Amino acid sequence: MATLLEQAEVGPEPTSAVVGRNPWALAGRRLRRNRIALAALALFLLIVVLSLAAPLYAKYVAHVNPFPPNLNGHTVVNGKVVAVMQQGGGTLHLGETPIGPTWDLGHYFLGADSVGRDVGALLLYGGRSSLLVGIGSAVLCCLAATVVALIAGFFGGVVDAVLSRIMDVIWAFPVYLLAISISTELLTHSNGFQFGPLHVSASSLWLPAVIIAFIFVPYVYRPVRGQVLAVVNKEFVEASVAQGAGNMRLIFSEILPNVVSTVIVLLPLMVATTILTESALSFLSVGVQPPNVSWGTIIQDGTSLLYTRPWVSIAPGIMILLTVLSLNVLGDGVRDALDPRAKLRIEG
Amino acid sequence: MKLPAARSARLQPRSWRRPRFRHRSGLSAGAAALGALTLILAGCSSGSPSSSSSSSATAAAGHKGGTFTILANSAFGVADPAQNYTLQQWQLLIDTHDGLVGFAKVGGVPGSKIVPDLATSIPTPTNGGKTYLFHIRKGIKFSNGQTLKPSDFVRTFERQFTVPGPTSFYSGLIGADKCSTKGCDLSKGVVADDSAYTLTLNLTAPDPELMDQLSLPFAFAVPGNTSLKLTGNNVPPGTGPYMWKSYNPNTQAVLVRNPYFHVWDATAQPDGYPNEIIEKFGLQVSDEVRAVQNGQANEVFDGDQIPSDQLSQLNSPKYASQVHVNTLTADWYFALNTRRPPFNNLQARQAINYASNRAALVKIAGGSSLAVPTCQILPPNYPSYTPYCPYTAGSDHTKWTGPDLAKAKQLVQQSGTAGMKVVVNGTNDQVGKALVEQMISDLDAIGYKATPQLLSNSVQYPFVQNSSNSGKWNVGWSAWYQDYPAQSDFLNVLLGCGTIHPGSDASPNIAAFCDKSIQSKIDQAETMAATDPAGAATLWTQIDHAETDAAPWVDMYNPKQIDFLSSNVHGYLWNPQWYILIDRLWLS
Repeated sequence: MATLLEQAEVGPEPTSAVVGRNPWALAGRRLRRNRIALAALALFLLIVVLSLAAPLYAKYVAHVNPFPPNLNGHTVVNGKVVAVMQQGGGTLHLGETPIGPTWDLGHYFLGADSVGRDVGALLLYGGRSSLLVGIGSAVLCCLAATVVALIAGFFGGVVDAVLSRIMDVIWAFPVYLLAISISTELLTHSNGFQFGPLHVSASSLWLPAVIIAFIFVPYVYRPVRGQVLAVVNKEFVEASVAQGAGNMRLIFSEILPNVVSTVIVLLPLMVATTILTESALSFLSVGVQPPNVSWGTIIQDGTSLLYTRPWVSIAPGIMILLTVLSLNVLGDGVRDALDPRAKLRIEG
Repeated sequence: MKLPAARSARLQPRSWRRPRFRHRSGLSAGAAALGALTLILAGCSSGSPSSSSSSSATAAAGHKGGTFTILANSAFGVADPAQNYTLQQWQLLIDTHDGLVGFAKVGGVPGSKIVPDLATSIPTPTNGGKTYLFHIRKGIKFSNGQTLKPSDFVRTFERQFTVPGPTSFYSGLIGADKCSTKGCDLSKGVVADDSAYTLTLNLTAPDPELMDQLSLPFAFAVPGNTSLKLTGNNVPPGTGPYMWKSYNPNTQAVLVRNPYFHVWDATAQPDGYPNEIIEKFGLQVSDEVRAVQNGQANEVFDGDQIPSDQLSQLNSPKYASQVHVNTLTADWYFALNTRRPPFNNLQARQAINYASNRAALVKIAGGSSLAVPTCQILPPNYPSYTPYCPYTAGSDHTKWTGPDLAKAKQLVQQSGTAGMKVVVNGTNDQVGKALVEQMISDLDAIGYKATPQLLSNSVQYPFVQNSSNSGKWNVGWSAWYQDYPAQSDFLNVLLGCGTIHPGSDASPNIAAFCDKSIQSKIDQAETMAATDPAGAATLWTQIDHAETDAAPWVDMYNPKQIDFLSSNVHGYLWNPQWYILIDRLWLS
């Protein structure tokens, strides 16, 4: 057996090179190994693709224009031409009932709504609106919250105190109450939102997106601000300061990269939340406005048909459920992938 | 007037839909015999009541009892009869209060007749039609025990001006022009003599509609010591068969029998059958229907919209005796804003009238059983109504048969307004939204670019009335139900030059339509009514057609009314003025 002296004379044994991995690559790898999260992502992407394909479905499959009322229209069911709106029976003939689901993709697959429109086509178009408002408001919310949190956490002192109190005031209001109040005011009296040269009309999808983004800013601001406060006191930040780095460089080069993972984890969860909020506001007629449709407006339209045509409300409800579920599961997967404790695991 | 959803001084419109003895399976012979007896009693009590018949009195006495429960989606706002302008409360006020005269409380066409109530007779005017001398009945007491005196009416009419509310009905009284919420001196216009038990009304000018206006609840007698200010939710005592026990707009209104009531004229004010009438607020309409179907309540308030799928349920033979459908003297229409382009142009207005798909609009209302398409201002069965519809396909201009898109597009091109943006204003409930969407579709089809503007029920009506908002909309939805059967109630109140009130939330001429030549005919017809009623009626017909030709509206349809009652309710009467007569219903 060689002595230590003899080993020292021989030199260290040759070892293989250690390949350093980017933390994002590590996170992506962990995410790819999470099959449930991938399945959720696939489901969400499927919903997005279907929603984007709404014009194709309406034009080439269903052959309808789903937006204007079609009260005097006809369609084919089991080879027979039938009226889309059917007068009530009995001796009184009260009411006009739309046809129910035909389960025929080309002819009112999910039936008609109370003004004779194709529910299937509306569902896909509604998905576009709901997803646009949901994703747009979540992105706006995260962007705004991140900016405010960076300013508050970095500068601290009076700036942090003022911004945090503003966030506290917004947070103090019940979310839906605040959203309904703002929406009602902007829709009723102002016919939209005007800020200098920027005008968002009442019928624009950006109006509910902006409102929803605004009310949820405090919910993203708090965790991001906490992360900023933790990073600001790290040694590498002090080292940058010692090297003469300015505030902008510190914020964008040192602090932001270390808090963006928090925002990324929050983003899918916020999208799920904002989609639910948009649906609720649209159900209450203060969200998406005609001529646009969303899953929430379709549910509202279907409330008067719950006894005879429940699918008008059930179908968009199922879409909301699947979308929110997939986003929540995906959000959990992203959080697990970006979990800081996982970075301590030794690869190999 | 506008109608429900409870409300402001002028009512929200009733939206589309918005009984007797039936055999149940398994009835025993005894129950069948009881049912036959009940049928006989029901036959005795239906139609015009007569207190002089002892058999009717016996039958009437036999029907008394029980608590009649009405379910309404919302309350009717402030309960002061000097201010409240809702049919919802009026249907109760006619049971608790009386006026000098009133509409006969009977069913059918006779219900349009005005009969003496607290006055012994309807006087013939003197002094060139400007003075009316009423003799007041003696021995009548308010529900608080105070004896009715002629001077009580002075306070009644004063309150019409000191309490904020509609004053125009009685503005013809001498002295009324100086009255305001700060005070009112009608000593020359309303002269009471408590010793002779007379009341003299002195007008500044003859008013052939005075008796109609005196029949409205605004003129119902209240005690002379009633406050001149708004009484809020405390209803002053009245002389009717019932009295207000309580009113909480968050929960319910309760009427109980007036212990001081006696019948002086059963046609004007018969005794009521239920011992108690309760109107509960706050339920969803679908729940109201369910409750009445289950017998847990007796009536869905007729101003609430029954959801369309529940309407389908009501077609079942099971409910045949519980559902009553009646034609209303009402219009549902879109007013065209004549203040600004494109509808300050006659051809543009006529174009959308030709293009409007009234069949689709009727379907939104619930189908042909619940609405009849129309083009003209006056509703069917109304004085001076002659069928007239110039905006239809085909050559028959007495009824609407279909849109004429070719003609509409031609008119749009001729008007030079093609491609213009148009904002269509309506309510954000399901029906309102559907009507707006259909109108948008019709406007787009003839070359306009229409967009919606949906507001909640509570703000939409004042919004479109107020001229300060006229720059924000071009087409505004509305509805109107008669105040009383007078042609001016539609043709002048809604389209007369004098009913445009700039900057006011109460300006019922929403279209801001003012045609001087038509207005002069209106003025002439109102003057003629006192001396030549037949000539005036003919002139009103011409005015109706002239206003229809001027197309200030897209008149959509005349709605019908559904009353849905529980299976144990009998004696249903439909009065053209008050609709369902609640206290004339009896419970088995």
